[in-house]
Amino acid sequence: MRALTWHGKHDVRVDSVPDPEILNPRDAIIKITSTAICGSDLHLYDGFIPTMMAGDILGHEFMGEVVETGAGSTLKKGQRVVVPFTIACGSCYHCGKHQYSGCENGLPADNQDIGQEMYGQPMAGLFGYSHLTGGYAGGQAEYVRVPFSDVGPIVIPDGIEDDKVLFLSDILPTGWMAAENAQIEPGDIVAVWGAGPVGLFAVQSAFLMGADRVICIDHFPHRLDLARKFGAETINFEESQTYEALMEMTGGIGPDACIDSVGLEAHGFFVDNVIDQIKASTFLGTDRIHSVRQAILACRKGGRVSMPAVYGGFVDKFPLGAFMEKGLTLKTGQTHVQHYMPGLLNAVVEGKIDTTFLISHRLPLEQAPDGYKMFHDNQNEVTKVVLKPGLAVAAE
Amino acid sequence: MADTMNRASHDDAPLSTANNERQAIDEATDGLIVQRGDKLVARAVTINRPRAELYAFWRDFSNLPPILDNVVRIDVLDNERSHWVVKSPGGGTVEWDSRITEDREGELIAWASEEGADIPNSGRIEFRDAGARGTVVVATINYDQPFGTLGRVLSRIFQREPKMQAQRDLRRFKQLMETGEIATSSRTKQQLEEERN
Repeated sequence: MRALTWHGKHDVRVDSVPDPEILNPRDAIIKITSTAICGSDLHLYDGFIPTMMAGDILGHEFMGEVVETGAGSTLKKGQRVVVPFTIACGSCYHCGKHQYSGCENGLPADNQDIGQEMYGQPMAGLFGYSHLTGGYAGGQAEYVRVPFSDVGPIVIPDGIEDDKVLFLSDILPTGWMAAENAQIEPGDIVAVWGAGPVGLFAVQSAFLMGADRVICIDHFPHRLDLARKFGAETINFEESQTYEALMEMTGGIGPDACIDSVGLEAHGFFVDNVIDQIKASTFLGTDRIHSVRQAILACRKGGRVSMPAVYGGFVDKFPLGAFMEKGLTLKTGQTHVQHYMPGLLNAVVEGKIDTTFLISHRLPLEQAPDGYKMFHDNQNEVTKVVLKPGLAVAAE
Repeated sequence: MADTMNRASHDDAPLSTANNERQAIDEATDGLIVQRGDKLVARAVTINRPRAELYAFWRDFSNLPPILDNVVRIDVLDNERSHWVVKSPGGGTVEWDSRITEDREGELIAWASEEGADIPNSGRIEFRDAGARGTVVVATINYDQPFGTLGRVLSRIFQREPKMQAQRDLRRFKQLMETGEIATSSRTKQQLEEERN
C-alpha cells in the first residue's frame, strides 16, 4: 500500500510499504477514505518528538471502511467508521470509568516503561505518534490496522459525508472536553486562548453548554474571523494587551472560565531536553507556558481553568500563588475520545456542531508531503488539510 | 516472623521497597520465600478479573511462556516440579528445575529452584481481592545476580534486568487476562514474529 512515512526533519514521503494484517483477535483493517494532518503532526515534522524512526507511518485523525475483521471484532465489512486517536482496551479499570486516555493495556508492555518513568504511570497508546506512544502505524495511508476495534471505532450512518464526522477522531472531542472541564454554567463569560481547531471547537462547545459570551485570543486574523463566525468576541494579542482587554471586557471581574488551547499541542510525550531544544530554536519558549499563566492571572476568583493544551514535561514560573489565593480549579488531560464520540456524532447529525468550516484544503494522499509543507508554512490560511487516498492526483 | 510480603518491621510498605535490602531479604526469607540469593524484587499489578481465574491460569505453568518474555520453554515435570529454559543476559540460555514450596488455591504460589540451577532463584506470587478493581497480583522474586557486576550491566543493556522484566511480564499477564490478547504495534505478521524473537 501507499503511506505517508517520516524520514527526518521536514522530510516526509509517500512510500510503498507492506499492507497491514490482522494480528490479534480484536483487530480490524480499515481502508482509509479521509485522514487529516493535525497541528501536533507538525511537531513530528519539525523533528521535535524523540523516538521517531525512519519509515514510521504518521496520522492519528482518520476514518474509512472496514475491510477485514479479527474473530473478536464487532465490526462488519463495509461499515464506515471513525477511529479515536487513543488506543484503549475497554476492559481495564480506567476504561471502565471512561477514562480511556489512561487505558492500562493500549500500549505494548515494553513501551510502558517510559510513561511509568516520566509520569508515574503509563498512558494509553496513540496512532502514528512515535515509539513513546506505542509505535503504532498511523492512518495517513491506504490501510491501517486498528487494535481493540470492538471498543474504539464508531460506525457512521449512511448519507453523512466524511468531512462532517472525520474530526470525531480527535479535535472535536478535545474541544468539547476542554469546555466540559471548564465546568461552564449558564451566563458564564469564557475566554479561550488559541483559535486553532481545538480552540474553535471549544468556542462552539462553550456556547452549547450555556456560556453567555466567549472571548477568543489569537494572532492569526483568519482564525479569529472563524471564531467570530461562531459568535465569539476576539482579542488579537499582537494588537491589544490580553490581560488588560479581558479585565475591561469583563467589567474588572475576569472570565468565569479560561481555556488554554495553545500549549505544545503535541498529544504525546516530551522529554525535557527536547522542550529546551524547542525553547532554544523557536520563540515559542515563553509563550507556551505564557498562555496558561495568563489564564490563571485573568481568571476570576473561584473560577475554572481548563487546559486541553498538551504539556509534556516541567514548566518554570507556574503562578502557584495566584492559583491558590484565588481558589481556582484546574482540569486537564488527554482526551477520552471514546467517551465523547456517540454524543458528538449525534450533535453533528442534528446540525448543532459544524466541523466542515475548518477544512481549507483537500489533497490526494500522494500529495501529503505538499500538505505538510503548506500547513507548516502558512498557519493563518491553512486551517486544516484533509488527505483523501481515493482522490485522483490533479493533472500537472 | 513476617506473615505477608506486605509488612516490614517499622511501616506498612512492601518489603521490596525497603531502603535496607539486606534486612528486607532477611525478613522475606524468614518463612515467606526460600532464600536463593541477595537480590529481592517485587512488582504489583491490578487485574480486572476474579482471583480464582488468575490463580488457575498461573498455576498451569505451560500457560506462561507467552507472557514471560525471557522464557524460552517451561516443561511441567509433575504437579510440583518444572524445568525452565530462559534467555541469559549474556546471550544463550540458562536452565533450572523449580519446585513449588507453597501452594494455596486462589491465593498464592511460592517456588524455589533446586540444586544445580544456573541462576538460583525463588519467589512467590500472591493474588488478593481488590473489590471492584478485581485482583491485586504481587510477584516477589529472590535471585542470585548472574555473572556479578558484568551480568548486571549486560542485563540492563539487553533489557533483561529482573525488576524491569517482572513489571513487563505482569503487564502482559494483565493484558492477556483483561483483553484476551497481548498488545502489539506491529503491522504485519512478519514484524510480529521478529518482535517476539
